[in-house]
Formats: sequence, structure tokens, C-alpha cells
Amino acid sequence: MTALRRGLRRVRRGIRWVWWYLTELTGENAYHRHVERVRRADPGAPVPGRGEFERCRMDARDRDPGGGARCC
Amino acid sequence: MRNVRPKTIAVWTVVALISAFAWSMLALSRGEEVSAAWMVAAALGSYAIGYRFYSKFIAYRVLKADSTRATPAERLNDGVDFHPTDRRVLQGHHFAAISGAGPLVGPVLAAQMGYLPGTIWIIVGVILAGAVQDMVTMFFSARRDGKSLSRMAREEIGPVGGTAAVVAVFVILVILLAVLALVVLNALADSPWGVFSTALTIPIALFMGVYLRWIRPGRVVETTAIGIGMLLFAIVAGRWVAESSWADTFTLSPATLVIWLVAYGFIASVLPVWLLLAPRDYLSTFLKIGTIGLLFAGVLIANPSLKMEAVTEFATRGDGPVFAGSLFPFVFITIACGALSGFHSLVSSGTTPKMLQKETQVRPIGYGGMLMESSVAVLAMIAAAVLDPGLYFAMNAPPAVIGDTVQAASQTITSWGYTITPEQLQAAAASIEEESVLSRTGGAPTFAMGVAAIFTQFLGGEAMMAFWYHFAIMFEVLFILTTLDSGTRIGRYMLQEVIGGVSPKFKDHGWKPGVWITSAVVALLWGYFLWVGVHDPLGGINTLFPVFGISNQLLAAIALTICTTLLIKSGRLRYAWVTAVPLAFVSVVTLTASWQKVFSADPRVGFFAQRARYQEAIENGEPVLPGQTVEQMRAIVTNSTVDGILSALFAVLVVVIIADAARVCVKAIRQPDSVQDLETPYVKSRIVAPAELVATQEERAEMAAAGLPSSGGVPGEDGGSGAPREEVRA
Repeated sequence: MTALRRGLRRVRRGIRWVWWYLTELTGENAYHRHVERVRRADPGAPVPGRGEFERCRMDARDRDPGGGARCC
Repeated sequence: MRNVRPKTIAVWTVVALISAFAWSMLALSRGEEVSAAWMVAAALGSYAIGYRFYSKFIAYRVLKADSTRATPAERLNDGVDFHPTDRRVLQGHHFAAISGAGPLVGPVLAAQMGYLPGTIWIIVGVILAGAVQDMVTMFFSARRDGKSLSRMAREEIGPVGGTAAVVAVFVILVILLAVLALVVLNALADSPWGVFSTALTIPIALFMGVYLRWIRPGRVVETTAIGIGMLLFAIVAGRWVAESSWADTFTLSPATLVIWLVAYGFIASVLPVWLLLAPRDYLSTFLKIGTIGLLFAGVLIANPSLKMEAVTEFATRGDGPVFAGSLFPFVFITIACGALSGFHSLVSSGTTPKMLQKETQVRPIGYGGMLMESSVAVLAMIAAAVLDPGLYFAMNAPPAVIGDTVQAASQTITSWGYTITPEQLQAAAASIEEESVLSRTGGAPTFAMGVAAIFTQFLGGEAMMAFWYHFAIMFEVLFILTTLDSGTRIGRYMLQEVIGGVSPKFKDHGWKPGVWITSAVVALLWGYFLWVGVHDPLGGINTLFPVFGISNQLLAAIALTICTTLLIKSGRLRYAWVTAVPLAFVSVVTLTASWQKVFSADPRVGFFAQRARYQEAIENGEPVLPGQTVEQMRAIVTNSTVDGILSALFAVLVVVIIADAARVCVKAIRQPDSVQDLETPYVKSRIVAPAELVATQEERAEMAAAGLPSSGGVPGEDGGSGAPREEVRA
């Protein structure tokens, strides 16, 4: 029984890891990181809403396509 | 010598033995089919040895990567360009940025010389040259606040070398885009299924863009999952369209597709990133990783055998139908990405180094990332080699060589010693529900055919052949279109910088007329070469691919020159051979190839010989090939002149850069005191993070003691990446 439970826990950890990896790879976590960064400097600082932040981040790529470089 | 555990010695001995055995299976078996698993074993075994020993030697002996030294990401952390990123995530980013259609096309074309020459170059080349270039460039860029390659060239070598590097990068970009567009075009021409599925990807991307921006901001994984579902539907729907009365509407000739592609490239590159480029990028990245994983599994499960010969007669005779020229230098030109790709140096400098947590991580990310890319090239070689050689040549030889009927093709190919009947050719076309398989040049259709052949062995059987073929076509077309979009943008950006020097208004990325004009110029430039490729009676890819290969390898020569100069200037003369030997090799290869392309008397190889032949034909009023009009021949005269001048220009640019760098190196050796050190001064690093993808026991213990997640971080101020914590085993 404990072996089964340990196995299940491992599977759950694996899934959590894959989800974390995907959200990191796609930049989905950038917002949380930004909020945390701002709050660490000043706990009362205003933070942008998610939509506003993501739109801003995407528009920055319009001005500098270098970051989105794709090779052959 | 340090204490080495007997177990370690035993493990590496076994790896070496397996790898050596696999190589001998590939190289020595004659007259019987070899299993593709041997190719995978030879590749993986060699990569493991190269990584474990050579990359370690370079990282710690040559470069002396220092884990106590703060990286640009740590010192300049702004949360945008510069921020320390988990090594495993950064490797994913880096891999997605360096890998594209290149490693899928080159090996397929090179398979005309047999699978062995290409495979040896892919594997040996990556271990000794390609991965070294990527890692060393990344290291030096990281020591200089993530400066770009052309900036390092300007500052470390001088204005002449620096300018030559910028010009070379721009011209190479244009050629790359033209070649990739030609690959798409050859895959989609006269294929209503392919055209319809591809066309549907545009509304899918637009929907994803709107969804991500307004409905569920930032939920990329969810959006991409929906997009991939829609994409699979688009592939299925393509079949319905191909069987319906709409089929004619979506059957486009190459000439029509040129206009569509150039228009697409222009419009896509001026649209905002969020609307089309970003969602497409997510789709193609996930599709790429998924398909490559599936293909690896497929090769291991289905275990197909290689039907192509190890070395064909075309390797020595140099008159192959896919591309002309002999094994040396043209195998090394044709296979660029996957073995050694100059383009990677642009990603390895500038983008990735700004996100490194530790400079020791250039080893898993720079060297390791390139090994992954190389394994994709090996898969492409397998996909081409599992096909019947007769079918391979029917798909890859231009119509001028094999004619445009199955009877003529069968006869010509059989005369080369590869038996294939007209019925077999028809059956092959029917199996993928296409009109014809003849002269589907450009590599993508052959790769798709091989992938479909492997997938059907374990996923869905023969009935799924057409689906998997179009899946693979879609997969390749999708990320080439993404490259066309982002490449046109990068070209535009470079052009805006240059014109902005004269007319400052052009530097403003918000000034629409400037954006439109420069985008149109870039799209028309690659569109011109695409047009040339389409109207080339010898099949286009035949002419353009060598020019692309030469340009890509010359960019590698530039990157390796900069690396060698930096090794010498930073007092590592003893180890300068690490990049100087690959540099010497690639210079000899590319300069020989350029020389042959410019001066060869064989009109199939030399551009000016071809020009002279057609000029003479026009004067005599006799077509070179039956049915050619005077206009067509005039076009060939112009094209071969342009291609010839380009080949010469590339060669001159590289000679200029190498000569200029040699001057700097000689000076650095003679007067070591005169060298100006442009390295950023040492700052102690506070980040605790593992050097490799998998943390060692000690590293785990250290991070656990500091309360850090498996990503690492600065003790006391968890970056909050939310990475799962490492468990410390007792």
C-alpha cells in the first residue's frame, strides 16, 4: 500500500514538474515573477493587471525582434 | 590524476564499445540492410563521449568557466532581457531558437551520396566544431555582458572585420529565407491538401493571438493546447477539401505560390507580434518538440532498416541529380545545420548569455543544445534512408533529369542502378493521396514520406499514411513560415539601423512608413531569389541550397574566427587550436566550394560556366534543353551571374575578416601588453545553482541547506520561480 502511495506521489510530482516546465518555457510565469519583484522592493507598490502586463510584454517584442530570433 | 571510481570507468568503456560497434555496423556492412537503431546508437554513444570528455575539457581547461563569477543575468538583472533563468528552461529556449528546418533539409539532400558520409559529418562535425562554436561563442558573449557577434567583431577585431560581419549576416539572412521559402513552395505546389491545411493555420494563429491578448491573457499552455487541437483538425480537413470540388481552388502552381509567400512574409512581418508571430511560435515550438520525440520513439519501436546504400556512386562521381559536386566539399556544405551552423552563433551571442545563471552552464546549454539539434539531423537522415532509393531519387531529382512521366522517371532511375517501376511510383503517390511524387524537391516531401513510413509502423498502419505525410509536411511548413516572419522582421530591423544612420527617422520602430518600406525591401530581396529558384530549369533547390550552405558555413567561419581571436587575446594561445582547427577546416571547405561555384568549368557546378553556356546558346538560337524559350535562357544567364557574384562576395568577405583577425592575433602574440581587455571585471556570484542539467548530490545538499528550489537562486531571497524543490537523498 505504501509503495503504491509513494508511486502515486511520484507521478503527481512528475506532472507538477512538467506543468512548471511548460509554464516557464512559454513565459507564463513572467507575470507572477514581475509582481513578486515589484512587491519585494515595495510591498505597497501598485502592480499592473495580468492583461495589461501581458500586452505590454508582447508589445515590447514589436520594438525589438532580436529576442524572437529563429534559426535555420 | 584524480581518483576515478572503477564503476565510472566501466560505464564509459561500455558506452565506447557500443558506439564503436554501432559505427562498424554502419560502415562495414555491404549488400544487406542495416537497422536504423545502429545509427541512433552510434550517434548517442558518440555524443555522450564528446559531451563527457571534450566539452568538459573545453569548459574547465580552455575557457576556465568559473562558477563563482557573476553572470550578466545576475549583475544586470532587469527582469526583462537579463534575468537568471533555470538551466533546463534556458536549454529549452535555446534549443527552440537554434533548431528549425535546416537540419531536416540538409541531411535529406546529402543522402544522395549514401547515408554514411552525411552521418559521419553530422556526428563528428557537431562534436568537434558545431557544438564547440556554440559553447565558446556563448561563453565569450557572457563575459562581455551578452554582446552580439557583430558587436564583438567590431570591438575585438576592428571596423573592417566588424562591417564585413554585418554585411555577411544580412546577405546570409536573405539567402536563408529564400531557401526556406523554396522548401515550403516545393512541398505545397499542386497539393490542395497541403495548401488548405497550411492556409488554415493563419486563422488558427489569429484566434490564438486574440484569445491570449483579451480573453485569457498570458495562459500560453492552455492556448497552445487548443491551437494544436485545431491544427490536427486542419490536417484532417485538408483531405476533405482535396477530395471535394474545392480542390482546384487550392491547387496552386509554384509561380502563384511565390506571390502568396512574399505577400505573406511582408504582411506577417508588419503585423503586431501578438497577432500572428507569437502564437505561431508557440505552435511550432510544441509541434517540433512533440514530433521529434515521437520520431525518436518511432525509430526505436519500429526499428526500420536503411534501404539507401552506405555510399553511392554519386559521392565520388560528383554528378548526382539532387545537387551537383563531389563529396568534398559539398557534403560539408549541404549539411550545415546539425553539424556546424554559423547561424547559431547569433543566438548563442546576445540572446541566451543574458539569461545564464552560471557561466559553467554554457556546457549543457551551448554544447548540449547543439547535440540535440544534431540528433534531429540524424533523424532526418534516417527518414531519407529508410525510403526505397528509387523513390528517393524520383522525389529529389529535377524534371530536367528524370522527365515528367512515371515511365520516363522509372527508366532513368533504373539506369542508375536503382530499380523502381512506374506502378510503384504511382502507388507511392496514391498512398499519400497526392497527384505525383516526381521531383518533389526541397527535402520536405522526402522527410515527410520517411516520417510517415516510420509512424505507420506503430501508429495507425497503412491507412494513416496520407495523414502522417501531411502531418509531417504541416510540421515543417509551420515552422518555416514562422522563420519567414521573424527573419523578415530581423532583416527589417537591421536595415532600419543602417538607413537610420543616414535618415534618423528610420530608426523609429513606431514610424509606420519606415517599417513598411524596410519590410517590403527585405521581402522583395528574398522573394527575388525565390523567384529565381522557381524558374530554374534545374530545380532551384539545386542551385540555391549550395549558396545557402556556403553562406551559413562562412558565417560559422566568422564566428570561429572571433572565438579564436578571443582565445588568443585572453591569453589562451595554448588552446587556440580548439576553435582554430574547426576554423581551418570550414574555411578550406567553403573557400573550395566558392572557388568551384565561381571557377568550375562544369556548367552544373560553376555559375559562370553555366552563364557562358546559356549565353552561347542564346547567340546560336538553340535551346540547351529541349523546349526552352529565349526568355528562360536569359533568366538563367542573369541568375547564374547573380549567384556567381554572391558566391564570390561571400568568399571575399570571409577572407577579409580572417585576414583582419590574423593581424589582431599576431599583434596580440608579439606584444601581449598592447591587448586591451574588454572582459567585464570579476564580480562575485551570490547565486547557488547546479552546473549541469541534473544536480549532483553535493549541489542538491547545498541548495536544500540554503532553502532553494531545484532551479537554484540567491540564498535568502528566493526568486519565487516556484520550481519544485529538490529532495535530498540521505
